[in-house]
Amino acid sequence: MSVQFVGLNEINGPLVVLDHVKNASFDEVCELTLSDGTRRTGRIVEMEGERVVVQVFEGTNGLSLKNTRTRFTGHPMEMPLSTEVLGRIFSGAGKPIDGLGDIYPEKYADINGKPLNPVSRTYPQNYIRTGISSIDALMTLIRGQKLPIFSGSGMNHNKLAVQIVRQAKIADEDGQKFGVVFAAMGVKNDVADYFRRSFEESGVLQNVVMFLNLSNDPIIERILTPRCALTTAEYLAYEHDMHILVILTDMTSYAEALREFSSSKGEIPGRKGYPGYLYSDLASIYERAGIIEGAKGSVTQIPILTMPNDDITHPVPDLTGYITEGQIVLDRTLDQTGVYPPISILPSLSRLMKDGIGEGFTRADHSAVSNQLFAAYAKVNDARSLASVIGEEELSPTDKQFLNFGRMFEEHFLNQGFDENRTIEQTLDLGWDLLSLLPKDALDRVDSSLLERYYDPKRADRFKDYVKEHLNA
Amino acid sequence: MNNVIFSINGPVVTVRNSKDFSMLEMVYVGNKRLIGEVIGVNDQATTIQVYESTTGLCPGEPVEPTGAPMSATLGPGILSNIFDGIERPLKKIAEESGAFIPEGSNIPSLDFNREYDVTVTVRPGDHLKGGDIYATCPETALILHKCMLSPFLEGDVVAVKPDGKYKVNDTVVTIQKENGETTELTLCQKWPIRRARPFQTRKPIDMPLITGQRVIDTLFPIAKGGTAAIPGGFGTGKTMTQHQLAKWCDADIIVYIGCGERGNEMTQVLEEFSQLIDPKSQKALTDRTTLIANTSNMPVAAREASIYTGITLAEYYRDMGYHVAIMADSTSRWAEALREISGRLEEMPAEEGFPAYLPSRLSEFYERAGYTVNLNGSEGSVTIIGAVSPQGSDFSEPVTQNTKRFVRCFWALDKSLAYARHYPAINWMTSYSEYLDDLSGYYERNVGKDFLSCRQKISNLLNQEAQLMEIVKLIGSDVLPDDQKLIIEIANVIRVGFLQQNAFHQDDTFVTMEKQLKMMQIILYLYEQAQKYIAKRVPISQIMETGLFDKLIKMKYDVPNQNLALFDDYYKAVDEALARLNQA
Repeated sequence: MSVQFVGLNEINGPLVVLDHVKNASFDEVCELTLSDGTRRTGRIVEMEGERVVVQVFEGTNGLSLKNTRTRFTGHPMEMPLSTEVLGRIFSGAGKPIDGLGDIYPEKYADINGKPLNPVSRTYPQNYIRTGISSIDALMTLIRGQKLPIFSGSGMNHNKLAVQIVRQAKIADEDGQKFGVVFAAMGVKNDVADYFRRSFEESGVLQNVVMFLNLSNDPIIERILTPRCALTTAEYLAYEHDMHILVILTDMTSYAEALREFSSSKGEIPGRKGYPGYLYSDLASIYERAGIIEGAKGSVTQIPILTMPNDDITHPVPDLTGYITEGQIVLDRTLDQTGVYPPISILPSLSRLMKDGIGEGFTRADHSAVSNQLFAAYAKVNDARSLASVIGEEELSPTDKQFLNFGRMFEEHFLNQGFDENRTIEQTLDLGWDLLSLLPKDALDRVDSSLLERYYDPKRADRFKDYVKEHLNA
Repeated sequence: MNNVIFSINGPVVTVRNSKDFSMLEMVYVGNKRLIGEVIGVNDQATTIQVYESTTGLCPGEPVEPTGAPMSATLGPGILSNIFDGIERPLKKIAEESGAFIPEGSNIPSLDFNREYDVTVTVRPGDHLKGGDIYATCPETALILHKCMLSPFLEGDVVAVKPDGKYKVNDTVVTIQKENGETTELTLCQKWPIRRARPFQTRKPIDMPLITGQRVIDTLFPIAKGGTAAIPGGFGTGKTMTQHQLAKWCDADIIVYIGCGERGNEMTQVLEEFSQLIDPKSQKALTDRTTLIANTSNMPVAAREASIYTGITLAEYYRDMGYHVAIMADSTSRWAEALREISGRLEEMPAEEGFPAYLPSRLSEFYERAGYTVNLNGSEGSVTIIGAVSPQGSDFSEPVTQNTKRFVRCFWALDKSLAYARHYPAINWMTSYSEYLDDLSGYYERNVGKDFLSCRQKISNLLNQEAQLMEIVKLIGSDVLPDDQKLIIEIANVIRVGFLQQNAFHQDDTFVTMEKQLKMMQIILYLYEQAQKYIAKRVPISQIMETGLFDKLIKMKYDVPNQNLALFDDYYKAVDEALARLNQA
């Protein structure tokens, strides 16, 4: 039995201070036992001689200076791991909460992980077909990538994430195993339940590990949640050769928890009150996506975050965008006009796409089609803003063609059913159909040889009716 | 043992009541011997920033002074290598400890077992001053490494070894100093990273760094020995631009600093550069490149050091007489590391929580660039190209604003251009280069007499277009007279056909200065000819129907760098097509 310390010296928010502690180490985990026998877990966050500051994960409610005994465990926060974790549900701090008992661990792993040596990474190049046209064609998801969804409250980012999980052909044909690690941080109970139900319906539940920290759970646990989830993901990917898709929702709640914790420590705030180390902290989560050289498995991340007030320059989406390899941005106007998924393609991007598409991966014309669609849609926006000033009637014929293209693009390319799973050929052909609505000389991003092969005004015939109807009206 | 850890707060530890430490000294912290640096000393406490994760550290563990400041080891083996922020070799670390980086790893920076073919260039009796070359060896297929006497030393050669194979730590030359002491010279030396390496004089800047990127070389050129900043929000292509420059610019050596950026990007540079061939020398690009990778999830204090490590390596190669270009991606992450450490020290913050000494640190860094005459009489240069990642794409934030004061070339990346996939997304209205006057002589001698006048005309057209677009935004383009419509059309050719450049197209990824000039000339020729026809009241719609404008937009793909004679056909095509209008 190791030494226990009776009582506390100070309580401040989620932090408690103990004096005369010997032989403790930085970042070590301790266990606090209250006089009624309940136990809480804490972690050392600051040390000054024999005075240590401990952050209590479950909060300090009910703690007094007298009623607590503290025992230091001698190691940093660890997560018990074995393949049994598949199909289980854990709390944000990694304790089973589905009533099925403890995990018999094969090993313990430090949840903070260690930075992955850039030399040992394999540059991700294998694309994941999600069956969603806008993502596959314009911001292709690559295995081992971190590609967040920037959304806002009230938009259907959860539905999109579920569709990706269901349709993503993440595993090789050679039958490598596929798994999902789902971490909920500060989300509503309904949301967590929606994901659980959807996983169940699509029959992947036995391959899912869930970490739930709901919005009324302690915030300190929320800081551990993504780390527990990623430690589990790394274990499954690198030691059991699985392709793991990690869904982290909602990163904004996570950052807010970090801010709350930082201010209770009395740290100097940076922008909007977030701590100055928010970038490094987020990076320590996002950078844990990837593929290790020689390993068969991979960790792909889809973090979801809600932009406060739909503001993409808010520190959380802003810093996230600087770390992740692209972003999928959802747009409220599209959402309100009934387009699903409401992806705003211009600010969306996949940085790894350029090396994972084209001949040998998808199709030779992929990069040309996506460039041209982006360029054309940018012109649509120019035409729209002009139309809002001088009226549609006054637009030049080319601008009118762009307006039509824009409408058809949103209606047929962006918009697709929740159950619709398009192949990459279907998606790219659809792209050419739409581009054929435009005059040939407006397609300045495409090689002449590709134009010869694919461009044909007849392809656009199926949109003609709509266009005619619209022009008459 | 008095020197023990008293307090720990993230990467900052303090030692109480010690007088053994000096400012900026390198120290070993704790039983694991983590590397740290002294950043504050007073009579009560010594403050140390630790370059590795402090998890598991206990108060009471020893702190050991080394007596020397944070130094980089300089010698053969730096090129084609990848280091972390304090010059530890990442490949070796991966071989020894696996895919994840452990703490307290103590692997020497350079490979001490590799043998080099050394030629000793001095004889006994020669007098050596600091900076003088005493031996050379081929470091890679491309670069001859020159071992130079440390600037701190001076003396007479008393013994030399014969030419042959030597390892980095073998003695090749022995010198005797004035006071009679002898010093043995190996192939490597140490240099404190925070101190600029000395040189004789700075030379005026008059050579461009040719990058093969049209918008840079033509509109906003950078000089060898110059400084440039690339600010841009996420997704605007900072990293992509830096990669393009690292691949194609005509420097002899590239030092690429990945400072707090993505791990996969460094992997990409590693993989891509080993496959790419340098156009000048037909050797692999890795032969002239060294990488400093301190990715965003690696310890933040080492990120702060990585910038200095990088520039020290660059200065070392400059002293050998090479032209070195540094890509620092991104200096904002470095500034944030400063802020983070400053916060832990509870210093009084200035703007947005950044420490008040941010501008002085930035200027110290950028001032280490320059075109110099070195101690040994050779000439070399260090060019710094720093990416800046402004928070929320807001260029008024402190890092961008302060950087702007210390660089002479500003390539502002623009979100709306990037959204339309116009790359490089360098905004031609807000960017600038102060080097144009310095370089005008070079252009006139080496590129063409009319290069500068063509550049000015192109720049004017873009300006006129920007003004016209203000009107078009309000009332549409139909109401403009034909001569103004022509400006908009020709500016479109300039934007899409000239400024926009495709990094993935084999003929377009790098463009020679000759081709850049010819492209400008033909665009301006078309403009002048079309103007004449407009003056004769030929409607612009007819001129557009000739397809000439689209033909010029595609010329960047259709005319390869080696076959510039093809441009003659374009003049013919313009003349013939317009002549046909005349008849009609």
